[in-house]
Amino acid sequence: MDLTFTPKQQAFRAEVRTWLEANVPRERLASYDTREGFEQHRAWERKLHDARLSMVIWPRELGGRGSDLIDWLIFEEEYWRVDAPLRVNQNGQLLLGPTLMEFGTDEQKRCFLPRMASSEDMWAQGWSEPNAGSDMAAIRSKAIRDGDHYVINGQKIWSTRALFADWTFGLFRSDPASERHHGLSYLLVPLDSPGITIRPIKALNGMEAFAEIFFDDVRVPVGNRLGDEGQGWHVAMATAGFERGLLLRSPARFQRTAQRLVELYRAQRAEADRDPSIRDAVLRAWADAEAYMLASYHTVGRMARGAKVGAEASTNKIFWSELDLTMHETAMHILGAKSELLDHGEDSGEIGQWLEGFLFAQAGPIYAGTNEIQRNIIAERMLGLPKS
Amino acid sequence: MDFTFTEDQIAFRDATRRFLMTEAAPEMLREIWETDAGRSPELRAKFASQGLTALSVPEANGGLGFGDVDWALMAQELGYYGIPDSLADTACVAVGLLAGLADDTPGRDTWLERVVAGSIRIAVGHPINPLVADAHLADLLLLHDKGEVHAVPRSAVDVRASQSIDQSRRLGQVTWQPTSATRVADAAKGQGLWADAFDRGALCTAGQLLGLAQRMLDLSVDYVAQRKQFGRPIGSFQAIKHQLADVATRIEFAGPVLYRAAESLANRRAHASVHVSHAKLACAEAAWLAARKGIQVHGAMGYTWEVDLQMFMKRAWALDAAWGDRGFHKTRINDFVLGDGASLGPGRNFME
Repeated sequence: MDLTFTPKQQAFRAEVRTWLEANVPRERLASYDTREGFEQHRAWERKLHDARLSMVIWPRELGGRGSDLIDWLIFEEEYWRVDAPLRVNQNGQLLLGPTLMEFGTDEQKRCFLPRMASSEDMWAQGWSEPNAGSDMAAIRSKAIRDGDHYVINGQKIWSTRALFADWTFGLFRSDPASERHHGLSYLLVPLDSPGITIRPIKALNGMEAFAEIFFDDVRVPVGNRLGDEGQGWHVAMATAGFERGLLLRSPARFQRTAQRLVELYRAQRAEADRDPSIRDAVLRAWADAEAYMLASYHTVGRMARGAKVGAEASTNKIFWSELDLTMHETAMHILGAKSELLDHGEDSGEIGQWLEGFLFAQAGPIYAGTNEIQRNIIAERMLGLPKS
Repeated sequence: MDFTFTEDQIAFRDATRRFLMTEAAPEMLREIWETDAGRSPELRAKFASQGLTALSVPEANGGLGFGDVDWALMAQELGYYGIPDSLADTACVAVGLLAGLADDTPGRDTWLERVVAGSIRIAVGHPINPLVADAHLADLLLLHDKGEVHAVPRSAVDVRASQSIDQSRRLGQVTWQPTSATRVADAAKGQGLWADAFDRGALCTAGQLLGLAQRMLDLSVDYVAQRKQFGRPIGSFQAIKHQLADVATRIEFAGPVLYRAAESLANRRAHASVHVSHAKLACAEAAWLAARKGIQVHGAMGYTWEVDLQMFMKRAWALDAAWGDRGFHKTRINDFVLGDGASLGPGRNFME
């Protein structure tokens, strides 16, 4: 056990810190759930990529830096330390990217991954359907083979930022007679294809943060299929839970929120202490964010020694999403009657960010597999309890 | 940066686990519970032959020279198997105190060598604990007086036993007279020794609590997988699954906190005490959640004397406030997090 950073790791941290301090936008970008903000974020991603910092753990030839996961943790710490912009292309980079690395042909990798790393292509996920949410095997959208194309008909929903994105990826039923997990294929579809209609869905914050995608005889080349025909379920599920559990939400994000919460509490202490439970919640926020950080370093260390991370990744999702929600709830309690306000005037600093974060935190226990589904996974695959 | 254990550390842990699995089955623990002394000299002798008592004794005194990081693993095993013995008090906390005494302190080397041989039981009377564990059986007591460390033979103290709900804990009120003959460290040196001893005691207790949490989870999983109602194992119901998944999650996130605390203590890092307190709280919470959910999913059986769950629940309840109650540890967290100049936030991890 060695809990010190090597000189090489320290040098990497210093490099990232210097670059970020020089390059992080001075003004907050507009929300990436607006077209204007989306393009601002795309430009930022481009800048990150030019410094080879957009996907540090990807191989160099695919647009990354070839770093290990410790360097990724360091990068994330520095990134959140300076409140750099949210990562607009994460659904592609973190959900599709690793799957492409594992199942893509060389040509697919060369074609898609560098453009994903640079965010020339922005990706929206196309998993859920109106009747296939937690029960994803209930997918009904069809992709019927017609020569060297698939013809897609159906509907996807909850596709984050699909209104502005360039591509979508998801599972489609390529064998119309199949049921459940069988007969699905994993397809990559350009969102400007003829026959696609995208209808925005307003989120809690009033922004058109996600969308429905309607497919009406949309033709996609067979070369856009990831993995074998009919093997889509296997392809989608095989990508280690680790990516979903850890990469999606690095510990630095929650450490930064916990730090901001401590600062908020200290600044408003006289008011806040009228509710004695608040101080405890603030201390817990620090402790749990710290625990998530420690667990991440421990997991990364074990992986470096060859350990496989399986269902325990589901504990990550539960832990960070509940932590994030609790921290934002606590901030709302500290802010009291001011917490509901959308407009705090010019001198209010970051107060409004708490409400924004509070709204987004509501989604944490729901997206990327609801926490109920995660608990089932933990119970069945980690503890070995019988299926329902 | 490598936040893992070495293969040797894991191998030693696994060997200890195999040994305890056969030598400390619940039936045997129940037999030991029923004895007057509440301790098994045979078990203690076997600990010594396994090298457990030698673990952190310096190599110069015939020990293995390991430290707190190894104890983070070992303490979990002591907890998991509900060992009815204050082994960690002798082999970790007392050893730390003795090893910290000046080299020429009379008795120091002999005591350390006897710890290795398994021929001495040392009780530690730290002022945070109102009662002293295993004082009735101790050959030697290391006692606190105004910051000083005193080494007092059992014959020179008066012990009034107090019963705990956990029958494997044997506690006593110790009355004694400090003299210059019993003093082995003055207050100037003693303060630091007692502070370390406290953190070491809390670390070992945290480790035991985490082991207990895992044991209660395992017992609960076994029970709900075989217990049938409505024609199926109750473990197939989500209402049961989700309670146990929450326990598994708390355990998953307490382990690394414990390991970091051990590393901080071993390397005398600036915030080692805060890290130890964090570990004690995280492990205690995991253990109490495991007890609460464990008894719930066991139904009425969990409330009986017959089912083994009770042995581990009681230990978890009792150890919660040993070596500092939650208020104590939370205060240390509070003073750090809300103190001036605390290095919080990302970008500063592992740097102090």
